[in-house]
Parts: sequence; structure tokens; C-alpha cells
Amino acid sequence: MSDMMDDMEEGGEGVVKKFMFVNRKAPHGTIYALEGLEVVLISAAFDQDVSMVFVDDGVYELIKGVNTKGIEVKDFSKTYRALEGYDIEKLYVEKASMDARGLTQDDLIVDVTVLDSAEMANLMAEQDVVISY
Amino acid sequence: MKIGIMVSEGPYNHQASDTAYLFARTAIEKGHSVPRVFFYHDGVNNSTKLTQPPQDDRNVVNRWSKLAEDHGVDLVVCVAAGMRRGITDDILAPGFRISGLGQLVEAGIQCDRLVTFGD
Amino acid sequence: MLHIVNKSATERNSLESALRMVTKGSAVLLIEDAVYAATQGSVAAAKIQSAMADVQIYALGPDLDARGMSSRVLDGVKVVDYSGFVDLVTEHNSCQSWL
Repeated sequence: MSDMMDDMEEGGEGVVKKFMFVNRKAPHGTIYALEGLEVVLISAAFDQDVSMVFVDDGVYELIKGVNTKGIEVKDFSKTYRALEGYDIEKLYVEKASMDARGLTQDDLIVDVTVLDSAEMANLMAEQDVVISY
Repeated sequence: MKIGIMVSEGPYNHQASDTAYLFARTAIEKGHSVPRVFFYHDGVNNSTKLTQPPQDDRNVVNRWSKLAEDHGVDLVVCVAAGMRRGITDDILAPGFRISGLGQLVEAGIQCDRLVTFGD
Repeated sequence: MLHIVNKSATERNSLESALRMVTKGSAVLLIEDAVYAATQGSVAAAKIQSAMADVQIYALGPDLDARGMSSRVLDGVKVVDYSGFVDLVTEHNSCQSWL
């Protein structure tokens, strides 16, 4: 481990930052949604203030009724339901993104908070760390 | 200021690695520190010493290695993303190491800024 | 907050989404293929111009140069180099990359 890393470890203890994970990609077409979810699950171990937001095609990640048998790929949509067990309960969806895709909350596999674009903008602006895919 | 970096795309196919490298190098030149660069998604492909670009092209992998050697930048390749893509310890270029996703979250906590470069 | 956009506005909706979610006082930095949006005659130019009422728009000079677009930059868009990019990151309390 380098000296730089020793520097980094100073003062890291007990810090709680606001982390936001921004999901803007549909599942399956690319791996971003799946690998993004893996980061969120790991982040749970660090006791940070974590939010997950779904904007643009990211809202397709939360759709009900997925069947991935035919494409021979793991169905990870159920993992969003498990987030609660990791104490990741702040899930937000942008209303404009849902509207643009003909979706409502009833179409989603988990309970989310729906925000208008201005509310989403304010939430994003108050974060310490924003990680997006 | 401590600036952490995440690189989400492989070299050459996307400009992301180039932009990330130039950003990191400039930040260090300006007196900031870049304690860690975390390679995720196809970004893990930045770490293989098997890379052989043409002579007249930049060597993205060697540039990262030199940054690690000269400035102690910790180049971390995500183990899960790396295993998916065949990146193992025996093909790592100098300065890179394989570790878990926790290293990304830790960089977010311990650095003053975290900047993502991807597609 | 600094919003970093790297995608061509005529190929993806990243710029549009970023502009939908900027707050007053935040900044938008266009890098890589996103710099085309900040040039005269681009269909995205009107969006950039109306956004400039609330936020400062920056474009990365080396990316404009590499694309032969430096002489076409819209008035009001500030061109920065990598050093300016680093300053923007440190001057804002956080950043979001609209990948």
C-alpha cells in the first residue's frame, strides 16, 4: 500500500457523506445497470447516506414482469426489491422520465418516491458524491 | 485537494480513458493529489500489459503505469468486473492492483471530489 | 454543482437531461463529443443559449480544437483547457457526469 493511500485513510473514520447513484441506462442492452447495482449493494457496508435515482432510460430497470429466459441472461430486477434489506430505501424516479415512457408507479417492481425535475435537481445538488453510469 | 477518479470504459474505443488521464495529470501538475483511479465496467481493460498499440499511437496503459510510478496514484481494477472480462493478476501492467468495489466507495468517502469518466 | 456532459446532443439526450436538472449557480462543462452542441448552427445551440440565463456553460478547448470547431463557439460559452477543467471540479462542491 502506497504512502498516498495512508494519507487517504486519515480522517476517513466516521464520515457520512451523501452518495447518489444515478441510473440512466436501460437493463440488458448494456451492463451498466447490473454493475451499477453491484456498487450500490457494496456501498451499504459503508454506512453512508445513499440515494438511488432513476432518470431517462434508467426507469426501465424497475419495470415489473421481466422474463430473461429467452436471452439467457440473469434477471437482476428482483435485486431492486432486496435493497430494502440493505437499508437502501431512498429510491427516486423522475416523473418526466416516467411520463416520456408511458409508465406509472404501478408498473414498477419497488416503491419509489416520484420527483419532478426541479425536485430531482435540488436533491442532486445537495449530494457530496454522485456516481453515474 | 484530493480528487478520486472512476474510469468506466476501455482504452481506444472511447475517449474516456484519454480525458481521465489528461485530467489526472493536470490535477497533479496543479498541486492537487489523485490518490486513486478506480477502473470499472470495461474500464478494467485499461490495466492489461498485453496491450500493444501501434508505434505512432499513445500507449494508454503505460501512461497510467507512469502516473502511478511518478505520483503514487493507486490504480485499482474492480475484481468482479475484471474477472468477467478476463483481467487477472498475471496480466496486470505495473502500478495496477485488483481489489473490490469497496475501494470505489472508499475513494468517494475519503477524497474531496470524485469524477467519473465513461461513455 | 458541476454537470459534465460528454455526448453529442444530436446522438443522445444527455445534454437535455443535464439542462433539465441544473440549478441556478451550477455550471455545465461540455467535453468530448458534447462540444459540438456549443457551436453556431447546431440544433442544440438554442438550448445552450436559453440555459445560459441561469448557468454558465463551458466547453473544453482541446476537444473543440480536435474536432475543428474552435472558431464556431457560441458567444457566452467559456472555453477552458484541462487546467480550467480541474479548477471547475475543485470550485464546485460536487460533480455529475451525464454518461
